[in-house]
Amino acid sequence: MATKIFMEALSPTMEEGRLVKWNMPEGAAVKSGDVLAEVETDKAVMELVARGDGVLRKQLVAEGTTAPVGSLVGVIAAADEDIAALVSGAAAAAPASAPTPAATSAAPAAPTAARAAAASGAAAPTPAASVSTGPTRSSPLARRLARESGVDVGAIAGSGPGGRVIKRDIEAVLAGSATSAVSRPPSAVSVPGADYTDQPLTQIRKTIARRLAESIGPIPTFYLTAEFDMTRTVEMRAQAAGMGDEFKVSVNDIVLKAVATALAAHPEVNAHWLGDRIRYFNRVHLGMAVATDDGLIVPVIFDADQKGLREISHESRELAASARERKLTPEQYTGSTFSVSNLGMMQIHQFTAIINPPECGILAIGALEDTPVVVDGAIAVRKRMRVTMSCDHRVIDGAVGARFLQDLRRMLENPLMLVF
Amino acid sequence: MSIITYREALNQALREEMSRDDRVYLMGEEVGVYNGAYKVSKGLLEEFGENRVVDSPIAELGFAGIGVGSAMVGLRPVIEFMTWNFALLAIDQVVNSAAKMLYMSGGQYNVPIVFRGPNGAALQLGAQHSQAFESWLAHIPGIKVCSPGTPYDAKGLLKSAIRDDNPVVFLEGEMLYNTKGEVPDGEYLIPLGKADLKRAGSDCTIVTSGKMVLVAMQVADQLAKDGIHLDVLDLLTIRPMDVEAIYASVRKTQRAVVLEEGWEICGIGAQVVDFIQRECFDHLDAPVLRVHQADVPMPYAKGLEKIAKPDAAKTIAAVKQVMYRA
Repeated sequence: MATKIFMEALSPTMEEGRLVKWNMPEGAAVKSGDVLAEVETDKAVMELVARGDGVLRKQLVAEGTTAPVGSLVGVIAAADEDIAALVSGAAAAAPASAPTPAATSAAPAAPTAARAAAASGAAAPTPAASVSTGPTRSSPLARRLARESGVDVGAIAGSGPGGRVIKRDIEAVLAGSATSAVSRPPSAVSVPGADYTDQPLTQIRKTIARRLAESIGPIPTFYLTAEFDMTRTVEMRAQAAGMGDEFKVSVNDIVLKAVATALAAHPEVNAHWLGDRIRYFNRVHLGMAVATDDGLIVPVIFDADQKGLREISHESRELAASARERKLTPEQYTGSTFSVSNLGMMQIHQFTAIINPPECGILAIGALEDTPVVVDGAIAVRKRMRVTMSCDHRVIDGAVGARFLQDLRRMLENPLMLVF
Repeated sequence: MSIITYREALNQALREEMSRDDRVYLMGEEVGVYNGAYKVSKGLLEEFGENRVVDSPIAELGFAGIGVGSAMVGLRPVIEFMTWNFALLAIDQVVNSAAKMLYMSGGQYNVPIVFRGPNGAALQLGAQHSQAFESWLAHIPGIKVCSPGTPYDAKGLLKSAIRDDNPVVFLEGEMLYNTKGEVPDGEYLIPLGKADLKRAGSDCTIVTSGKMVLVAMQVADQLAKDGIHLDVLDLLTIRPMDVEAIYASVRKTQRAVVLEEGWEICGIGAQVVDFIQRECFDHLDAPVLRVHQADVPMPYAKGLEKIAKPDAAKTIAAVKQVMYRA
């Protein structure tokens, strides 16, 4: 008598689980209660145990694959028992799960190739749109809703006949409570030569994204405010200016340089939210908000972490001037991985900026102000500056954002670090 | 308001229009002395006399042709067919004379005629007497086709049909004549070519007409208990069809079922589905389904006849299917 191995609900809120590891190979003898596999739920990694005796005849889900609760992931049966019907039934019921691990390991090749093609096709580092991996049945209405709301129909498992994606599936995704499984290979995808790493969402990441978006809207934003002591930065700027015009930079230039340097050290905030995955960038393309008569525009300093202060200063001035003269080309204002907005020159003490999706963070820079503070037990007047980072909580947790700001503080309070 | 039968509503419409305009006359088999095979013309002979209420011989082609000719020279005939099954004998006058005359005379002769009578199946009348012909008739440019399902609609539409300056085919129902409904005491008209949203819901549209309106309303009542709320759109006039009303409803509910009395192939539902797929494609969450008579001559056997007819159970199944709740 064969025993079906199902993806079990290992936490009360679990809707799908990622099979992290099979603990025994196909063909291994199994006793009821044996730990068959490790499964990552929305909370933790749990054990999937055998519910029957026999031989682990079939692993229907490859390691690293996500399967909805209740789906068949394997079969335990007697060594000579015919399980063909069980196995083929599972393939039909869960088309996303490849029937053998060998086939599954080959499967990610297709989307990878597609993404690589998309990436190489775009000369400028434009954020690639999310990629569908194959034909998906969907109702016309579902396609229209998906188009209007930026949802990738191909990434949704439909609940209609034959897997048709229908209105309720789109609504479920938008409500953040998708009961339909998004089945993608969950290991990080590094495309050789690409400027980023795509990290499929872990269960906990998915749960965070869903729960927080339910709470606060499509981008669950929180804000971290810090006050930096800019005295040394201001001194350094003055000293540099004293060395001649070619060393003249603004405090903002130094802030941009410091942000770019900190981002290079913190790829976890230098990222795009792509709905079903997070794209972490290996390069830092820093958007700088510029006010023009037409409104706000965000030109980009590409590879800002690789550039020296003088280069950043020069480029930011050029970009700002081009922006005000409406001469920016689309390549100059698309592709940023993180942005900075500075209203300090307008005596704004502190403010919050709005995230420019699919970016996950933006830093709002306030004015430099002479402020009495306690230094070494005595009150002193220091140049202080408040920065507020808006963070997309689906990607950036509080502590992650805070660590980035800690590093930024160290750099701006000790600007000599920027030389190294 | 009074509650009267569909039969009485038609009778009132005829009486009112004959009183209003002495060019209007009624002709057909048994319409006079016998008061009509279904008593629709009850009392009219007595009231209006033999010149206005004319008993014809059993010769459908002949009296339909007399009707068309009299309409061409200024009268406004109402031609009653005992049923539309018998009207097949007169179809040449309907299709080739009435529908074509205005066009082929270069606008010299309009034909203000109404052809009316019961359409579709009643109970155990056999294959030859149980046919719904709306799709045959609606196919023809040059005629309008009405198919009211309630006394209120029957009266208001028949009055409009009689006043129309061009041929109108008016489809009644043997099983409808005894049904009752509220009808205003004063005069009113229902415009040709306008559908009526009999019930407003949010989940699925049923497009229907005639006798099937009653089935659709029954389905709507039943499904409301399951939390499924239907738009019941009564076309009233099948040609010209009120497509804007269909679009508005389907765009709202995003799903539709077309319910008709006749057969599937080239039926009214086929045309409705065609309009919907062209104009509402991006609004559809499911294929549009149809409920209709089985693709067979209507069986005489009671049990088989019941199975062959479109009914509430089949309609409920179709609605649940387009709702993905099957």
